[in-house]
Amino acid sequence: MNAAVETHAVKLKPVSKAGKLPVNMTDEQLQAFGQEIEAIRERIMNSLGEKDARYIRRMIKTQRWMEIGGRGLLFAGILPPAWLAGTAMLGVAKILENMEIGHNVIHGQWDWMRDPDIHSSTWDWDNVCPADHWKHSHNHMHHKWTNVVGMDRDVGYGILRMSEKQEWEPYYLGQPIYNFLLATFFEWGVALHDLEAEKIRHGEKSYKDAVPFLKEVWTKVRKQVTKDYILFPAMAGPFFLPVLTGNAVANIIRNYWAYAIIFCGHFPEGTEDFDMDVVENEDKAHWYLRQMLGSANIEGGKLMHIMSGNLSHQIEHHLFPDMPSNRYAEAAREVRAICRKYGLPYNSNSLRKQFTSSMKKVLRLSLPNRRKDGDTVTA
Amino acid sequence: MVASTVKKLLRAGDWLATPLNAARYLETINPLWSDHGRGRVERLIQETPDTVTLVIRANGAWAGGEAGQYVQLGLDIDGVRYWRCYSLASPVQPGSREFSVTVNRLDGGRVSTYINDCLRAGDLVHLKATAGDFVLPAQRDDQKLLFISAGSGVTPVMGMLRQLIAERSGADVVMLHFSPDYAHCIFHDELRASNSEQRRIHLAVTREDARDGDLAGHFSADMLEQVCPDWRSRQAYVCGPSSLMSAVSELFLGAGLSSQLKQEAFVLKRAEVPEGAGGKVGFVVAGKQVDADGKTSLLEVAEGAGLTPEHGCRMGICCGCLATLKEGQVRDLNTGEVFGESGEKVRICVCAAAGDVSLEL
Repeated sequence: MNAAVETHAVKLKPVSKAGKLPVNMTDEQLQAFGQEIEAIRERIMNSLGEKDARYIRRMIKTQRWMEIGGRGLLFAGILPPAWLAGTAMLGVAKILENMEIGHNVIHGQWDWMRDPDIHSSTWDWDNVCPADHWKHSHNHMHHKWTNVVGMDRDVGYGILRMSEKQEWEPYYLGQPIYNFLLATFFEWGVALHDLEAEKIRHGEKSYKDAVPFLKEVWTKVRKQVTKDYILFPAMAGPFFLPVLTGNAVANIIRNYWAYAIIFCGHFPEGTEDFDMDVVENEDKAHWYLRQMLGSANIEGGKLMHIMSGNLSHQIEHHLFPDMPSNRYAEAAREVRAICRKYGLPYNSNSLRKQFTSSMKKVLRLSLPNRRKDGDTVTA
Repeated sequence: MVASTVKKLLRAGDWLATPLNAARYLETINPLWSDHGRGRVERLIQETPDTVTLVIRANGAWAGGEAGQYVQLGLDIDGVRYWRCYSLASPVQPGSREFSVTVNRLDGGRVSTYINDCLRAGDLVHLKATAGDFVLPAQRDDQKLLFISAGSGVTPVMGMLRQLIAERSGADVVMLHFSPDYAHCIFHDELRASNSEQRRIHLAVTREDARDGDLAGHFSADMLEQVCPDWRSRQAYVCGPSSLMSAVSELFLGAGLSSQLKQEAFVLKRAEVPEGAGGKVGFVVAGKQVDADGKTSLLEVAEGAGLTPEHGCRMGICCGCLATLKEGQVRDLNTGEVFGESGEKVRICVCAAAGDVSLEL
C-alpha cells in the first residue's frame, strides 16, 4: 500500500486500535503472536480424521453404556452397594454427557464429520438448559466477549460479583450463600442464565418480559424432570425411592463437578478481566491474546482432562472453541511454548490450587474493593 | 401390527431417552437398530479390475426401492461423511432386504476409490431412500423393452434385467451394451449367460477386436437397426456417458419417439466456468461465511463449512437440496447460466457462487 492511499484511508475512516491489554508487547509482537497461534489452529484442524472421529464415537458409546449401567444398577438400589455404584456411574455418565460430549458437540467441534447425530445443529444435552439458549449465552456471548465485564455474562452469571470492575452493592454480602446454591443447582443456574436475573433485580426487566424465555426453558425442564424424577422411579415400582434419590444425587454430583471445573476456567487469581473499551476495534491477534489472558488451565492426567470435558485446557478451548477437544492437549504444548517465547503468562495449576483461588475470589469480592491504602471504594 | 407396536414402544422409550430418542441407545447396542437407514456390506464381488459390487443388507429404517432407481450411500471416509448416488443393480429381496450396487472407480473419485480399495465385508454404510423413475413399467409381462447401456451405465439396467429374470417375466428384451474391452465389461459372464431367445443381449466393444458374434464400435443408428429392427415399437432405456446419451436421445427425438425413451445420466457434465467468478458465501442460519470459487457447488461449499444441508441426488435432478437464496446470484454448473433473485429456491448441488451470495442455511 502506498502512502497516498494510506492517508486517504485514514481520512475516510479514522484508524483506532483496540485497548491495550495488560502485557508488555509491541504491536508487531502481538501480530506475530497471533500468527503463531493461528498456525497451530490451521495445522491441527487440517489434520482431523479417522482417529478423531473414533475418539468421539467411542466416548459417546462409553457414556451411553455407563448411563444404561448406572440406571440399571439403581433398580437394585434397595441394596446400598448397588445404589452407591449406580449413582456414581450415572453421575459420571452425566458428567461425560454434559462436558466431554454435549458442551463440545454444541460448540461445533465435531461438525466437520457431517454426522447429523453428532452435530451442533441437532444436539441437545442431558441438562435442563435448552441447547439453543446455551448456544447464545455460551457460544456467542461468553466465547466472543470472554471476561469483558458488562458483555460476558459469565462474569458472575448475573448472580455473583467475580470482578473488581463490577460495582459492589450490599446484595453481594450474601455471595457465599448464592455461590453455594449456584454450585448445588448449577444446571438450573445455567438454564436461567439468559434470564438476566440482575436486570430483573435492578428493575430493568420485568418478570413479564421473561415469560417467553421461561416457557422455552419449561419445555425442556418438563422432559428432564419427567425422566429422572417420575418415569425411571416409577419403573422401579415399590423400589422407586432409591431410583429417585440416586437420580437426584447423580444430577447434583454433575452440578458440583461442572461448577468446580467452570469456576477454575476464568476466576483463579491471575486471570484478567477487561473493560468494554478494550474490545473496540479488536483484531484476531488481540482476541487471541485476550482469550489467553482471561483463561486458566487445570493440570492433571488424562482422566482429569476427559472428566473436565477438556476444559482443563480452558486456554486452548478459548483460543480454538471449535477444535475437537481431544486435540487440546497437543495444542497446549505449543501454546505454552509460544507464551514462554513472548514472555506471556500461562495460567496453569492443579485443580486444588485453581479452585481454592476461585473460592477466595468469591469471598473477597463479596465485600467492597480495597484500595492499597486501605480505603474502600465501590468500583 | 408388530411394526406399529415397536413404534409405540419406541415413542414411549423416547421419554426415557430425552433429550435424545430411544433409537440412539438402541444403536449403541447394535448400529443397525437405528431409526436411520443403514446397511451392512454382506459381501463384495470384484467385477472388473476397477469395479466392485457391494451386496448390502439394509435395516428396517431404510424405505427400500426398485431396481434401476438410485440409492444414496453414505460412507465415513477419514472421519467425514460423504454421500453418493448409486443405482440399485438388483431388485431388493423382500425377506432379507438385500440389494446390490456396483461401483466403478472414477479417477480422483474419493468415494468410489474408497469403496474399491478399503471397504470390507461387515462394514456399515448409511442409506437414504431411493429415487428416480428409471424403472420397469408396472405392467411388463407383455411389453417389449430395449436397454442401451455403456460402461458403468449397465448397473441400473442390470438391476432391471435381474428383476425380469427373477420374476420370470414374459417381457421381450433386447439389450445393447458397450464396453471399452472385454476385461472392463462389467457383468460380462452374467450377461452372456442371460442371453436367451426371450432376452437377446448384444455386447459391443469399442477398443478391442470383437469376438464371435459381438459388435465392434460405438453406438449408431445402423447398429441399432441391425440388432433390433423393431426398436421404434419398444419402451427404451439408456444409461451411460453423455456421448451415448445424446446419440440415443437424438435418434429417438428425430423419430418423434422421445416419450418412449427413459434416460439416466450418470455423470454430471459441468459447463466451463469463466475464471475468478466465485465469491463469499454466507449461511445465514448457521451464521457462517466462507470463500468459494465459481466451480464448487454451494452444497459442497456448505459441507466444507461443516453444515449438513438436506440434499438428494447431488446432480441437480431431485430438488432435494433446494435452499432459499437471500442475496446474490448463482451459476448453474450444468448450463453456465447466471441467475437468482432474493427468495428464489436454488438447487445448491448444481449451483455455485457467482459473486457474493447468502443462503438460508
